[in-house]
This record gives sequence, C-alpha cells and structure tokens, in this order.
Amino acid sequence: MDRNKDAPASDVPLLEVADLKVHLNTPRGLLKAVDGVSFRIARGETLGLVGESGSGKSMLVRSLMGISPSIAKISGSVKLDGDELVGIPRKQARSIWGNRIAMVFQDPMTSLNPVVRIERQLTEPMREHMEISRADAKVRAVDLLKQVGIPEPEKRAKQYPHQLSGGMRQRVTIAMALACDPDLLIADEATTALDVTVQRQILDLLEEIQEDRGMGMILVSHDLGVVAGRTDEIAVMYAGRMVEHSPTDDLFVHRRHRYTEALLAAVPRLDVPKTMRPSPIAGSPPDLVTFKGGCAFAARCDTAADVCHTERPDLRANGNSLHLFACHHPVGEDEALDVPVTVGAGASTSTETKEVSA
Amino acid sequence: MWRLLGRKVLHLIPVLFLVTFATTAMPEMMKLGDSSKTPVAAKLTPDMTPADVKALEKEYGYDKPLFERYTDWVGDAVTGDLGKSIATDQPVMESIKERYPATLELAVTALLIALLVAVPLGVWSAAKAGRLPDKIMGGMSSALLAVPPFISSVLLVYLFAAPGTLGQVFPNTGWAKFSEDPGGNIEYLILPAIVLALAEIPQFLRLLRSDMLGTLQEDYILTARSKGLSTPYVLFRHALRPSSFSLITISGLTLGRLIGGTVIVEVYFSIPGLGQSIVGAIQANNDVPVVQGTVVVIAVGYVLLNALVDIGYMLIDPRVRAR
Amino acid sequence: MSLVETENSLGLTESGVESPGEAAAEIKAKKKRPGILWYLSLGWIGIVILMVLFADLLPAEYDKPIGESHLAPFQSWPEFLGTDYLGRSTLTRIALGARTSLIVATVPVALGILIGGLLGLASAYFRGTVEAIVDIVADALLAFPPLLLLLMLASAFKPPSVWNITAGLAVLAVPGFYRLTKANAIAQSKREYVVVARAMGAKPGRIMFRELMPNTVAVILSYAVIVMAVMIVAEGSLSFLGVGVPDPEPSWGGMVFKEKDALEDAPGQVFIPCAVLFLTVFSLNVIGDRLRAKFDVRESNL
Repeated sequence: MDRNKDAPASDVPLLEVADLKVHLNTPRGLLKAVDGVSFRIARGETLGLVGESGSGKSMLVRSLMGISPSIAKISGSVKLDGDELVGIPRKQARSIWGNRIAMVFQDPMTSLNPVVRIERQLTEPMREHMEISRADAKVRAVDLLKQVGIPEPEKRAKQYPHQLSGGMRQRVTIAMALACDPDLLIADEATTALDVTVQRQILDLLEEIQEDRGMGMILVSHDLGVVAGRTDEIAVMYAGRMVEHSPTDDLFVHRRHRYTEALLAAVPRLDVPKTMRPSPIAGSPPDLVTFKGGCAFAARCDTAADVCHTERPDLRANGNSLHLFACHHPVGEDEALDVPVTVGAGASTSTETKEVSA
Repeated sequence: MWRLLGRKVLHLIPVLFLVTFATTAMPEMMKLGDSSKTPVAAKLTPDMTPADVKALEKEYGYDKPLFERYTDWVGDAVTGDLGKSIATDQPVMESIKERYPATLELAVTALLIALLVAVPLGVWSAAKAGRLPDKIMGGMSSALLAVPPFISSVLLVYLFAAPGTLGQVFPNTGWAKFSEDPGGNIEYLILPAIVLALAEIPQFLRLLRSDMLGTLQEDYILTARSKGLSTPYVLFRHALRPSSFSLITISGLTLGRLIGGTVIVEVYFSIPGLGQSIVGAIQANNDVPVVQGTVVVIAVGYVLLNALVDIGYMLIDPRVRAR
Repeated sequence: MSLVETENSLGLTESGVESPGEAAAEIKAKKKRPGILWYLSLGWIGIVILMVLFADLLPAEYDKPIGESHLAPFQSWPEFLGTDYLGRSTLTRIALGARTSLIVATVPVALGILIGGLLGLASAYFRGTVEAIVDIVADALLAFPPLLLLLMLASAFKPPSVWNITAGLAVLAVPGFYRLTKANAIAQSKREYVVVARAMGAKPGRIMFRELMPNTVAVILSYAVIVMAVMIVAEGSLSFLGVGVPDPEPSWGGMVFKEKDALEDAPGQVFIPCAVLFLTVFSLNVIGDRLRAKFDVRESNL
C-alpha cells in the first residue's frame, strides 16, 4: 500500500477519470446528473465519495460499471490502468465489469437474486471472466465466503439469499465482488441499509480486504462519518459536480467549501452535549434540468454573495496544496491566499484540474 | 406451506360437489324450459306413447328424485362407472378412455408451442420495451387476441391445407393415433395445435413482458449486469425465473382450459377427442349421460389441475417454499 | 446517518435513476394520448352500430335468395358482398348478424354486472359466510371450461335461440364481474372515507351504494368492454359448432359455420364474416384496454 502511495505521479494511476459527464435525456429536458468530474485513484488507495441523494455520486460510479440508465449519455474519459473505458464496445467493456472493477451495492436485501442459489451468483462472474472449471469455481466460491467471514460456507453456498441475515447477505455481495480479484472495488452506500453494529463490521471487512489485496477502492456514502477514518482522500459532490477534494486528514481540519461545512454540522457527534443537535441543511439541491448557472449551493448557503448566484466557481487549490475546492467564499478565506489553478502545479490532483478547465 | 395446502384442498370439496351436482341436475334444467323434454330423447321413436317414454326414463333411472340420482351417480362414479350412452349404449367411461389421449395430446402440444413462442418473444419485448420490436410485438399480440380459434382454423386450413393457396402442406382434417402411426399423428396434430396455441400466445407474451419489466427494475439485475454478464444471460438466467411465476400459474390454468377448449378444433378438424364427443352428444338429441360424464371429468380435472398448479407454484418459488 | 433529515425532506431518488414509479408514470402519460388505433376502433364500432340500426333499410331480405348462390364479393352494387350458399344477400346478413352480436354482447354483460355486481358488493360488505358461499359458487362456475359450460347450457335449453344463448352467456359473465367488484369494493372499504362513514353509523345499504359502488363503476365498465368482445367470440364459437343461433337467423359465427365447407370454392363468403368479427373484437379490445389503462384495472384483481 505504501509502495503505491509513494509512486511518482508520472506512473499510470489505477483509475483516472477526466471531465466525466453523465447527461440524461429525460422527458423534461437534459439532466446533467454528473457534469465534468475528474479524479484519480492509485492502487491501494481509498477514495471517499460523499454527497447527499441526487448529488450524482451513484450516477458517477454506476457509469463506471455500465449500469447507468439507458437514457444516459456518457462523455469524458475513464482510464483503468491506462485503458480507456468510455466509448469502447459493450463486449469489450463487459470483460472489465465484474472482473477488473467490481461493485458492492447498497441494499443486500434487494441486490441478490432471490431465486438463484448463492453459489451460482458467486461462480457466474468467474465462469464469465476466468478460465475456470465449474468445480474449481465452486471451491473458490466457498473459499471466498470463508474469507468474508461467513460461518459454514459450504452450507451457505447451497442456500438462497432469503435464508441469510442482512449482514450475511452483504458479506455475500462483497464475496461476489471479489470473485475475479478486481483491481478496483466500488462500495455504493454499502452499509446504509444495515444495522449500525453490522455497518461497522462490514466497513472493517471492506477495509481489511482492501489492505490485504492492495486494491483501489471507492467508498460512496452520504455520511462523512462513514468515510472519515477509512479513506485516503475524500471527494465531496454536489449537484453533479465535485465541490471539494482533499486528503482525508486535511478535509476535516481545513474544510473549505460551505457545503462540506454544512455536511459536517449535520453529523451527529457523541462528544457534544445532547442539546447541540446536528443541524440539517435547510432547503434542497437545485433541479438539475432547470438549473442555469452560478454556484449550485448558493440558494442554501448562508454566506452566498451576488457572484455566487451568477458565476460558477471552478475547482481550485490553495497554493500547491492537494486540497481543491470550488467556492467563491470558502471557509477561512482570510487565512490564506486563494490561487486559482491555471497551470499544472506539480501535484497529481492539480494536473487533473487543468483537464477540467481545458 | 402445509397449512396453505390444506386450505386449498378443503376449498376443493364444495367446488367439486357443486360441479357434479349441477351436471346431475341437467334433466331438471331441461324440463325447466319445456316440460315435455326428456333426457332419453335419443331413444325415442315416433310411435312411442307417453307411457313408453316414462318406462324408458325409468330404465335409465330418471324417474328418481334428483338427490337420490345424485347419490347413486356419486356411488357409481367412484367405482369408475359414469353410466352409458343413451344413443349407443356404450359406457361413458369407455368412450372417455378412448378419446382423452387425443384431447390431452392436443392441449399439451398447444401449450408447449405457445410457451416456446411466447417466452423468447416476451423476454425480447421487455428487453426492448418502448422500442420498435416491442411495439411490433405489442401490435401483433393485440391483433392475435382478436382472432378466435374458429377463425384461425379456417384461415390456416385455407392457407396450408387446401389446394390452390400455399399448397397442401398439412392434411386437411382427420386423426391418427400416435401408437399406430406416429408420423401421421404429428401431421394431423400440428395445424390444430397451432390454432390453439395462437389464441394463448398473446396473453403469455403480455404477461411475461409486464412481469419482466417489473423484474428488470430490480436491484439484483443491476448487480448481475455489474458482473459483466452478457445481456442474454442476465435476461434468461436472472430475470426470467423471478418473472415467470404468474406465467407458470397461467400455463397450468391454460392447460385446463385447453382441455375443455379443444372442442372447436376437434370438431372442425374431425379429431376424435372429448370435445367432439360432447358436441356430438348434444347434436344427437341430447345424450345426457355422455355430456354429463364427459363434462364432469373435464371440470374435475380442471379443478384438480388448478390445485396442482398452486402446489407447483410453491415448489418453484423458494420464498414461498420457506413459509 | 448525517443526512437523514435532509434526505427525508427531499424525498428525492438518486437523480436520473429511473424508479419503477417514474417509468409507470411515463407509460401512463403515453397512454393518455389516444392513437390512431383508438379512433379507427371507435369508427368501426360506429359502423357496427349503424348496421344494427339501419339493417332493415337494406334492399335485400335476409332469408330470401336474391340471385345465384356464391356470388363473389366486390362484383356488383349494392350487393357488394355477394351471396351465400343459398343465394342470400351477404350484406344484409352481415348487417343483421351485427344485431345478434349486439344482443349477445350487451345483455349478458348487463346481467353479469347487475348480478355479479350486487353479489360482489354484498360479499365485500358482509364478508364471512356470505362471501364464502358466493365464492364457492363462483369457483364452481369457473371450474367449468367456459365453452363446455355454454355447451351444457345450450344442450339443456335446446333448441337454441338468441335468447337461450344470451341466458347461457350471462351465467358465464357473472363470476368475473363478481370477483372484480368484490376485490375493488374490499380495497375501497379499507379506505378512510368508508371507515369514517361506517363509524358514523351509516347503514349497510348506504355504504354499499353511496360509498362503495360509485368508485367501482369505472373499473367495472372498462372491464365490461373486454367481456363484450369475449361474448361475441363465445356466440361465434357456439354457432361455429352448429349449436348457436339457428339458420336462417343471421349470426357471424353461423355464417362461417355454414360456409366453411365451401372454403375452396367461395373463400370470400367465409372470410367476410370472419373479418367483420375480427374487426369488432379487435376494436372492443382496443377500447377496453385504453379504458382499463385509464382506470387502472389490474389483472390481479380478477
């Protein structure tokens, strides 16, 4: 893991997303669900993708897996180990989905097929992507179940999903995602539907697996608390765009975007008195079909000025920092100089910002 | 599950009672309209006096009151005796045994043809929902739904079994027993079976399409697609089975309905099945025991088949099975 | 957990991911625009009604020969449909056949709605024993394959006439309407306004007719259109078997029955009644389907 982290920026990253757009042709008009997002993930690195419902985070990861709705138009660039994924034939893309990138879904109650035995759901990606015999695949399936901490894996393999508890099922979906040893694992709100105690176990399991295998991982959540201690970097999405992107440690200390701040204020904390309730964010995100310009968060922002309603802020960094944000009046503005990113500033994350504006 | 089963069986009893009782009451129903009618009309000759008719009625047991006749009939029926034809004196059970294989073969073949056509088309239609193939199939099934078997029989015979049009591909009418002439049996079977299948295809297709559309919205379809599986695999392996429960139920019911609904094609294609014997018996001066016996056998079979379908339903859906 | 409040207040689904509800709404919106098929169907049903009304004004009589037998269609005017095996006017017989079809389509359906509807409302209101008994009778009727039940009734009420067949078809129609009304009324009776009415001490009759019935009518009527098509087919099938409306009384199914042996010599005379029946059934199906989509009648209610 460390080896990967120290690798120079010139090395090909595991995943490089540049100016990715997912536009949906809805009956009401063009919906820009994801509108120009860029980021990269190195091997062994975990990215937390945070935003509320409708922020486009699920759309973003689904477009990576080829499961966006049929009305979606995807443009931009997604490179996995340098191989472009956008625009390649479906047959070729299929050899990547479930094989080199795999996904764990939100609700284990609905994401497993109720009438297909667990064994078969585990072995089918192997049979599709690996040269493996039916018998070997079955052995591997049981082994995977054991790895994700399922007791009596031989027995469980023969069962149907409804015979397992929610936490067990999520372990099964994780095993399913690991079936072909993916390089990148995407966990889309993988714990949201689970009990709090089970949530923790599943998150620990994901972290452990990621470290053991040195995979890249995207942890999608609406909950900053979930991604806080388990990610290397955090990207905050709002209304289809990335509004803040920073190494995890730095984000919590020096959050810059007003939306991120509001998100943090909404996290329930145990270390403050009960009277200080978490404060929900007032208002709702803009309608992405009719939204015209300016900062998408302006309408809900306490500090919004005129410029916020007219001009869209681009992602920029504070000097050479890896901490990017898109806000006209960031938190702690007076503390530092704001230098809009115009040229590559050396850091990998800034080069990618250049691509955005290009 | 067992309790569910028990309730089903319990419900069967009154239904079976009503079905058998209603058929026993046929002579009473006849007399309701015109009291001069008699269930033994087939044996009447012009020179018979009313006393002769009474004697004849007595010979066949129609002088007894309805309830006594019913208990007698049930007593006989459980020993496999359904009375004998008034016109020919042939035991009804014998005629049923002789004729049911043709009807059953016809119904099963029709059902298989209908499923073989409707399942892939229904899956395809759902996969292409709202697009051209779906629209074409939707239009075709609407049209087919308005073609009753008696029209498609005439049309298909005109097209495929009459000289002059597309040529005589199939024999016009007739039947050969499979045990005696398998090739001939299949030749005679195809056209009537297609006629019956055509009437069922649109319902199957529509049902499967709408259930598939529901299933394709499910999260586990996204999961399957995210595994990089091919579209046909996802459709047939992951979506078809959970979508096919109502289709299976309907297929079972359809088989029952077909056994009773082969009447038209049996008569038109001169197939010696159960339906033909019922129509024949009605035309031959109301041969009551034949109509009664045959109808009861079909109706009871239908009721039992429905119950079996329910059980089959439980077996196929692991979620129901668990209960 | 942090965004639970905001999420609830938004009630949004993940933007762009089409939920089943959305898809259904879209399909519904599509159905709202009547297509060309809808107008053609209405047009054809209009023609059938004109035939029913003005059949007597046609020049030829239905039971008298007007010329040679088996004149091909589209050869002469005004008898543009030719003649049947007895040299009778096919045009007149088709027009009068429409009258037969209209009777067998409307009367049994009306009776079915009346009897089935009343029983359904009663079952839905009283539940318990009443429901159990009616259910069993309905199940018993449905246990007969429909055509067989019809044949049995036809055999009991021999010789066949339009009214005998109509009575038989009515028996066939009742269980379907019973089940539909009951299912609907039960669904309705769980709604608040009925519970309120009951709590306020409204009498059963009032609840049944004032609260339950009006909300069920639209659903029943859209189903009725489909059943009308089924009835026309059933009469046609009976006539095709030779146990339907007897000659010389004209009926579309009977015309096919009488001409089917002349299929090779005079295909036109076989296919004209077939086509007329097909168009009528198709139109009724189109109209019924649209009404059903509008009033949201689900097959599962039946």
